[in-house]
Amino acid sequence: MSRRTLMLLAAVLLITALPLCWVAQPTDAAALAEHFGGADAQAQQAIAQLAPHYQPWFSPVLEPASNEIASLLFALQAALGAGVIGFWLGLSVARERAARQVPATAPASDLARPAEPAHPQP
Amino acid sequence: MHIMEGFLPPAHALGWSAASLPFVIWGLRSMQRSVQAQPEQRMLLGVSAAFAFLLSALKLPSVTGSCSHPTGVGLGAMLFGPAAMVPIALVVLLFQALLLAHGGLTTLGANLFSMGIVGPLVSYGVFRLARGLGLGRSGAVFGAACLGDLATYLCTSVQLAWAFPDPVGGMAASLLKFGGIFALTQIPLAVSEGLLTVLVVNAMARFNAAELQGLPLFARRGVQA
Repeated sequence: MSRRTLMLLAAVLLITALPLCWVAQPTDAAALAEHFGGADAQAQQAIAQLAPHYQPWFSPVLEPASNEIASLLFALQAALGAGVIGFWLGLSVARERAARQVPATAPASDLARPAEPAHPQP
Repeated sequence: MHIMEGFLPPAHALGWSAASLPFVIWGLRSMQRSVQAQPEQRMLLGVSAAFAFLLSALKLPSVTGSCSHPTGVGLGAMLFGPAAMVPIALVVLLFQALLLAHGGLTTLGANLFSMGIVGPLVSYGVFRLARGLGLGRSGAVFGAACLGDLATYLCTSVQLAWAFPDPVGGMAASLLKFGGIFALTQIPLAVSEGLLTVLVVNAMARFNAAELQGLPLFARRGVQA
């Protein structure tokens, strides 16, 4: 990994971690419960303030049985994405390495000779 | 940016769904065309979809003391055009709406409009503009991914402000409120998304230089790792 890549990764880590240290922990219990809650939930509260009589007219088809199940599904989604990216990176690194090694290890005559067919015709 | 299930009045829900539908058809057609024309691009298309899957599952803390998530759709929009990201965002949003009760079916149209249409269009436009102005690849990628992410959350704020105007201050006051919740929270996350997108494009430039040359927005100037 190049130095630039490492610096970029470190920057992302810092941007993510710093808010956790910077934002002071609220003292009252109600605010503490919402500390680092989802922005979506905050928007929901804002709707309740703006239109106190609004009733949601449709409810989710399926709700995760608990917060644990919800985080399981979010982790699954992230794992699917990260898995594909990891496959691509691994494949790419291996391909690049193979391309670099072939000219170095194989004698020149091997390269010049046409490849033998894998399945000889009868 | 997920508007919760049932939290848009029926007229708005229907309107946003109707507005998103033509983009879904356009996106599916465009994706099919580009895969048929350049089958070698399938790997990079898969990586773009995976990037959106990964990033939109990560809820990150922000300086406002709340959490939100990046969208990850800017990358694919720069590579394959904004249309290609509509079906990908639709799959992500459907997964979250059906299994996670995050977002919803009645708000799917509105959420798709912000994450799958406005965000990618802004990323694509900013990237084209930045390249046209002669900005380097990394700077252009960063700006495009960052601003596309912010645009998605601004769009959500506008959608909610339109549906729930402030009884006193009207839509403007309401927009300020929702903007404070969504757009402000999103700024550091958008920077993170920009940096991560630069990382992935750097890797593509190194490992998939030939494929990248075949993409319209990357070919002109030539891509050097």
